[in-house]
Amino acid sequence: MMRKYWGKEMMSLPTTEATLKTANPVGELAAGVSQATPIMLGYVVLAMAFGILAREAGLTILETVAMSVIVFAGASQFIAAGMFAAAMSPATIILTTFLVNLRHILMSASLAPYLRGLKLHSYALLGWGITDETFAVHSTVYRERRRHHWFIYGTNFAAYAAWVSGTVIGALFGSIVPGIDQLPLGFALPAMFICLLVMQLSDRLVLYAGVLAAGLSLLFGQLWEGNWNIILATVLTATIASGWEKWKISG
Amino acid sequence: MENLWIIVAMGAVTYLPRAIPLAVLAQIKIPEGFIRWLRFVPVAVLAALLAPELLLRDGAFDLSLSNHYLLAAVPCFLVAVKTKNLLLTVGVGLAAAILLQSYLPGV
Repeated sequence: MMRKYWGKEMMSLPTTEATLKTANPVGELAAGVSQATPIMLGYVVLAMAFGILAREAGLTILETVAMSVIVFAGASQFIAAGMFAAAMSPATIILTTFLVNLRHILMSASLAPYLRGLKLHSYALLGWGITDETFAVHSTVYRERRRHHWFIYGTNFAAYAAWVSGTVIGALFGSIVPGIDQLPLGFALPAMFICLLVMQLSDRLVLYAGVLAAGLSLLFGQLWEGNWNIILATVLTATIASGWEKWKISG
Repeated sequence: MENLWIIVAMGAVTYLPRAIPLAVLAQIKIPEGFIRWLRFVPVAVLAALLAPELLLRDGAFDLSLSNHYLLAAVPCFLVAVKTKNLLLTVGVGLAAAILLQSYLPGV
């Protein structure tokens, strides 16, 4: 039950090279797309809400869609739309976007051990699609089984397509279909997170780490503005939990 | 036009933290201690994102019956623990959220 030796577990999985040779990339791509269904559902709705909001904030249709095409990061886009509406300085908008999205550093780093031995352009493309939601799916899937990296392309592309098309719909037709963004369809994403969180709970220490991170995130959220609570809670939790684990193994 | 340049810059500062750690760390030997550390990142990120989403509204704790996200989370957790089925959990969650909004408005 207890998986104590993470290093050993990692080694028992087939290497990326072996997966690359045996897996069928197109099949993996399709599997990735189908894995993305809950993400797509949540993204279409949230992106429509963003499209409507950004238009109300005074952005043109082109700018609204461009933001989803170029930035592809939900929370920061909502915040930026508000800042555009408040006519804040470009530097403030860009810096805020950077800070809000900085948490992806941790996600990007934690996928690295699973994705060794690829070409640089693959990393460039894989990194592009990292969002809270795609990361949540991939970190859960890869813990169980090593997949071809085209699986990730599939999930990311499907999520991206949903995000961009939802934005287009919201920006163009948002005012025509009132009320669609009032439905609680955005709950698809928290619901998905709940299931992925449960699937992460492989041993007791991981469970405690989750409880600790939740508490720290709430605490730091009360103390500071912005998204710092996510980064700080994650860094502190991983440090405490891994330190505890090492201390217990070494004696 | 200026707005478009701001958006391009937003894209750049968003992309770099997404791509650089992966591209660098996947190509070097990662120390065992750091791999051990990274193991706890997914659960911590998920819990840190989820807790405020479910427990806070407009930045303040809301443990009342009008917090539909929190209420809808209960069947989600049950289904997730029981089945570990992503789509089923999302379906039950959405159904719960829509039912709550229709029959327990009181916001």
